[in-house]
Amino acid sequence: MKKVIALVLAMLMVFALCACGGNGDSGEKVVKIGVYEPQTGANGAGGKQEILGMEYANAMCPTVDINGETYKIELVMADNESANEKAVSAATELIAEGVSVVLGSYGSGVSIAASDTFKEAGVPAIGVTCTNPQVTEGNDHYFRICFLDPFQGTVHANFAKESLKASTVYCLGELGNDYDQGLINYFKEAAEDLGMKVVTESFPKDNSDFTSYLNNAKKEGAEAIFAPVSIQYAQLIVEQADAQGVEIPLLGSDTWDNNTIVGATVGKSTELYVSTFYAEGGNPEFEAGIKEWMNADAARLEKNGGNDMLSAVTVMGYDAYMVAVEAIKAAGSTDAAAVMAALPGVTFEGISGAISFNDIGDANRDSAFIKSANTETGAWDFVAVQKA
Amino acid sequence: MIDFLHNNLQYLLSGISVGGQYALIAIGYTMVYGILRLINFAHGDVFMVAGLIMIYAIAGGLPMWAAIILVLVFTVALGVAIEKVAYKPLRSAPRMSVMISAIGVSYLLQNCALYFTGGLPRTYPVIPLLTRKVTIWGATTKMVTVITPVLTLILVVVLVLLIKYTKIGMAMRAVSKDFETSQLMGIKINSVISFTFIIGCFLAAVGSLLYFSNYQTVVPTSGAMPGLKAFVAAVFGGIGSIPGAVIGAFIIGICENIIKGAGQNWTIFSDAFTFVLLIVILLVKPTGIFGEKATDKV
Repeated sequence: MKKVIALVLAMLMVFALCACGGNGDSGEKVVKIGVYEPQTGANGAGGKQEILGMEYANAMCPTVDINGETYKIELVMADNESANEKAVSAATELIAEGVSVVLGSYGSGVSIAASDTFKEAGVPAIGVTCTNPQVTEGNDHYFRICFLDPFQGTVHANFAKESLKASTVYCLGELGNDYDQGLINYFKEAAEDLGMKVVTESFPKDNSDFTSYLNNAKKEGAEAIFAPVSIQYAQLIVEQADAQGVEIPLLGSDTWDNNTIVGATVGKSTELYVSTFYAEGGNPEFEAGIKEWMNADAARLEKNGGNDMLSAVTVMGYDAYMVAVEAIKAAGSTDAAAVMAALPGVTFEGISGAISFNDIGDANRDSAFIKSANTETGAWDFVAVQKA
Repeated sequence: MIDFLHNNLQYLLSGISVGGQYALIAIGYTMVYGILRLINFAHGDVFMVAGLIMIYAIAGGLPMWAAIILVLVFTVALGVAIEKVAYKPLRSAPRMSVMISAIGVSYLLQNCALYFTGGLPRTYPVIPLLTRKVTIWGATTKMVTVITPVLTLILVVVLVLLIKYTKIGMAMRAVSKDFETSQLMGIKINSVISFTFIIGCFLAAVGSLLYFSNYQTVVPTSGAMPGLKAFVAAVFGGIGSIPGAVIGAFIIGICENIIKGAGQNWTIFSDAFTFVLLIVILLVKPTGIFGEKATDKV
């Protein structure tokens, strides 16, 4: 018995050595881009869709020329598990891999939590869809290609006032979640300026019973419910609002732009509006390409939530990758410090619109797309382009 | 008074429904504790696995009735298997070892679930009878809200009768009084323990059908909170006592929802309340409402 075990162990070691040899002898020049995204946890579904966009971009643009030499671009993944306490270890993992630039994350909380780790290592990060201002504020190393929460909150307040004619709005967020609470605060400020009454409540992490909160909204006489929460909770809220006969329009933030949520509204009486970075139909050529690529592999479809409906975060993932490639080109080096120095000057005509950075490192964006859930077809309908 | 009740009926209904679901899980805790003096920390995760089995059974193309039967059978089998593998070899070990083993099983189940689901929330299938909408006295809710307390009470009555009047029930009572003596009296202790786990897991499986029909998302940690609250309910009612666990569960479910409805500054304390209750009951009446005072035999 002992001999067998010894033999098995010896074999394993031989295999391990072979594996090492396999990697070393390619001789190809490689530049690494870190993907700092949640693949599990409350934001896992969104993170996976964002990664999908980066992978597609990597498939379209697998190499970059630096000073006449062709480098292969390798995506290095680290899962931050949607949890602030896991953020630092995921970030450290990427730094240990020697990445030149980091993309991510979906979710502002984890981005803020890992920010200092990237800063100390001198690695620049490009936020893809993290919308909280604190991500980039006072940070020279953190950039971002999407709009910000003060803007998004104002967009929703304007939409509630102008289109829904609401006078009372009920806000619901997760306790201790930077993204939820931040966005609710900006919404509240803007809404109160517009003369609306705002009622705010929070629920504890991992809560699954929203019936009482929805009833509170009903009791307060709310004409809209603004709930910038994670996908996991959003699904439950849609479900339970219908079951409780709460027919108040729901307003969702960029996190809600996910096909599992629009799928959950099918056959229900839910009225749901979301704000997002990109509306399907904006660039048919790009969409046809990415859909073909997704349909070519069942694993990609699975990552996207089971169908080929294009999510805005996927488009943003694609744009973020392209911005990173532009920055590496501009830097003329794979060195993280050089890439960081080059980033503020990068401009790029992305699928989601033109991208350029302001002094803080945020993209200059002035409009958001509003979409509504079609409860018959289970797809998003374009409603309006809303400016702040 | 009537007006107040009418206005807050929705909260009360939510509370009764979630209380019934906690009760079904709490019975599993309390029975295993009664027999083995073990707090089976893996119980909440067995409940979560029952939810996942349902999702995969329906996704695999099984008809609803077959899927439900599969869930019940598989959950019971899982519970018995856990007992045989993780608890039985430790029967003569100190009680702490078994408890640590239970915590290990709990994390094992959560991580296996994480692997199988890929960490993404899974949507629970719609059971037509349970998810139909009903309106009671002006409050709209799902059918499951009404079915849960009724079904819970029926199952509890059956269980109490079973323990009082059948041979296996008598054996269970004997074992819970004195483990070693009952063994000397010829009671097959292993089959009694297996039977306890069968009942506990069966009720957890029924509970999962009801709970997830109400809250249709399953994630690997879905079992943690309900499990913990059911455990508090079991302690509150007096661990080891079945009626105690049921009443404790209803009290916790209802109070939790009343707090959620009590106004803006209170909602965030709904979970805290459950645990404050636990601390208070342990300080004031450590044996719980229905718990018997243990007398040490010299």
